[in-house]
Amino acid sequence: MSAATPAAAASQSVLDVTDFSVEFRTRAGIVRALDRVAFSVGRGETMALVGESGSGKSVTAYALLGLLDAAGRITGGSARLEGTELTSASPAALSAIRGKRAAMIFQNPRAALNPIRNVGKQIGDVLRRHAGLGARAAAAEAIEMLRAVGIPDPARRAGAYPFELSGGMCQRVMIAIAVATRPALLIADEPTTGLDVTTQAVVMDIMGRLAAETGMATILITHDLALAAERSGRIAVMHAGHIVEDAPTKTLLLYPRHPYTRRLLAATPTAAGNLADLRSIPGNLPDLRRDDLPPCRFAARCDRRLPACEAPMQWRELEPHHRVACWNPA
Amino acid sequence: MSGQIGNQPTPPEAEGPLLLDIAEVSKRFPVGKTGWLSGKSHSLVHAVDDVSLTLARGETLGLVGESGCGKSTLVRLLARLTDPTSGSIRFGTRELSAIPAKDFARDPDRARIQIVFQDAGESINPRFTAADAIADPLRQLQGLTGDTLRQKVEEAATLCGLPLELLARFPHQLSGGQRARVGIARAIGPRPDLLVLDEPTAALDVSVQVTILQLLVSLRESLGISYVFVSHDLNVVRLLCDRVVVMYLGRIVEVGPARAVFDAPLHPYTRGLVAAVPRLDGVRADALRLVGDPKSPIDPDPNACRFHGRCPIGTDRCGVEMPELRRFAGGRQAACHYAEEAPA
Ligand SMILES: Nc1ncnc2c1ncn2[C@@H]1O[C@H](COP(=O)(O)OP(=O)(O)OP(=O)(O)O)[C@@H](O)[C@H]1O
Ligand SMILES: Nc1ncnc2c1ncn2[C@@H]1O[C@H](COP(=O)(O)OP(=O)(O)O)[C@@H](O)[C@H]1O
Ligand code: SF4
Ligand code: SF4
Ligand SMILES: [Mg+2]
Ligand SMILES: [Mg+2]
Repeated sequence: MSAATPAAAASQSVLDVTDFSVEFRTRAGIVRALDRVAFSVGRGETMALVGESGSGKSVTAYALLGLLDAAGRITGGSARLEGTELTSASPAALSAIRGKRAAMIFQNPRAALNPIRNVGKQIGDVLRRHAGLGARAAAAEAIEMLRAVGIPDPARRAGAYPFELSGGMCQRVMIAIAVATRPALLIADEPTTGLDVTTQAVVMDIMGRLAAETGMATILITHDLALAAERSGRIAVMHAGHIVEDAPTKTLLLYPRHPYTRRLLAATPTAAGNLADLRSIPGNLPDLRRDDLPPCRFAARCDRRLPACEAPMQWRELEPHHRVACWNPA
Repeated sequence: MSGQIGNQPTPPEAEGPLLLDIAEVSKRFPVGKTGWLSGKSHSLVHAVDDVSLTLARGETLGLVGESGCGKSTLVRLLARLTDPTSGSIRFGTRELSAIPAKDFARDPDRARIQIVFQDAGESINPRFTAADAIADPLRQLQGLTGDTLRQKVEEAATLCGLPLELLARFPHQLSGGQRARVGIARAIGPRPDLLVLDEPTAALDVSVQVTILQLLVSLRESLGISYVFVSHDLNVVRLLCDRVVVMYLGRIVEVGPARAVFDAPLHPYTRGLVAAVPRLDGVRADALRLVGDPKSPIDPDPNACRFHGRCPIGTDRCGVEMPELRRFAGGRQAACHYAEEAPA
């Protein structure tokens, strides 16, 4: 998708991604996991990245932060974090960026934490390594961080090991670790999947509050459109390694233009609707190992397809801040 | 039942011929240290505590509540996969609670209660083809073989919208949605009267979830099955279930018609739960937050409300008096000292 025009105001943006492509080499062929992905996230903004499982949401996160496994590599494009190019940064530079200026939280908090180190020390480690604090200052700040993420009795809980804490508390510890160094960017990959909705609400409140207080830009990766609806200012919809639509949250929900976005919404249960009104999306994601992937990777599933859809895909700015990659938007 | 999909205006108290009637069922698991003299454990996890509920033929009952509140334990009890510590479980006209689970495994009624487990797709034996997986209970429970078996397998697959050419595949060669269909086809093969579904769609994309939910509705209509449907997703429960049971730390805190319970919850826990469900139409201004975690299920105070301490409206009374399930208009029940009639 050439001529990417990220929707966020460029002056405020923390992260600018353009024409970002990622491939995996596997024995069964090359997986074209991301193809010319483009978006921007601004200061204090929460952008949700939504799409079916396998659409490339996690790969986007991992690739941006230099966490792809050995089979994967960035094959093109650019990703600038506050002006620093990430795609050409050395592993050492990326590692420094990950501790300090960009942080990520994962779906399974318990697995992401060190099981044999108490949580206060784990937060302190980050502060010592990346914020240059001494041991005592780091320990004190760790307790403050636990307080900031709403852990009751933080001074005592700092001595707890992950197995002594509930899933919701572990995720709050992960958030504390992630935001301890006041990163400019937080990528949260399905941060509440597997948590109870009551806990999810509390965890999301905390993330929202921290973003508002610190001006942190957040990418909220979720397969739950309702969660995205409640918690983001903007939604980018991903399908088979393409971002297909990107708009302010309300606009996207009320006036979805890409056929895939409309299908996704039509499949999502609402508080008021009936089961009979819901529609599944026909077909499956295409096999990303194919050599002959069509320019529109939704074409085989699309009921608005035209002969024109064979042409190379281009972004269309339908309105300011509302982009779609489709030749025949609804 | 009419051809309509979704909720019916069914009477909230299970009415007509009861399929399932469980009364005062409890399940306790021993944990912790064992006294070396007595040989008995001192501590008990009260996984399910004094639960009573009914299910009518053709009815779909939703079961919701936080992780660890006892949903899976309860459905394993009513499917007679584990033995209750106390209480009665009537299935049709038969009392099943006294039959040990290991004997029930060979009981002729075994085939009438089937269960689709949490992560249905993942729980299929990886060395079984789809056909083997579907055939397994038919062989074990009904002793079918040869052509009859093959015919029944194909029938179940067809009912579940599973193309017959997929029957020879192994689980890893199927998509998540196809695996979920195999799990359901396997369960309906023996034509149960009761199908228990423990979070069957939790791992599926919305699009696949829709097809599975619609499949369940069509099976309910074509086979007249009753469902007990466990889910974390309140929006899904509302779509599929006639009535809903809300559990908290092993006990039922609220029961009623699904829509009524979600639109105007009586119990403070249900209110917190409903308020936390993300909605496509965005955050509500009144967003109520349930903070904190549930108390320990080990040896809970029998004289205190289980929600006491976390409840936004609890009083001293709640710490010394366990609230009973009380009846309210519209076939509703709630276990809270301060629950009041929902405003009309
Ligand atoms: N075999 C066992 N031994 C001891 N405790 C158990 C056992 N099985 C379950 N429990 C406990 O019983 C309680 C209820 O567990 P159960 O699995 O029924 O919860 P659930 O509501 O299904 O949770 P989830 O939503 O996470 O699936 C929990 O406290 C659990 O740890
Ligand atoms: N290590 C890997 N090797 C090969 N393919 C991969 C690897 N990781 C991810 N992929 C592929 O990349 C695509 C996107 O995956 P992912 O980003 O995990 O999806 P999502 O997070 O949106 O569910 C999928 O087709 C997936 O199979
Ligand atoms: S480009 Fe064509 S095929 Fe692709 S989504 Fe748009 S209308 Fe459908
Ligand atoms: S009985 Fe008391 S503590 Fe329990 S739910 Fe009601 S008000 Fe809350
Ligand atoms: Mg992912
Ligand atoms: Mg369970």
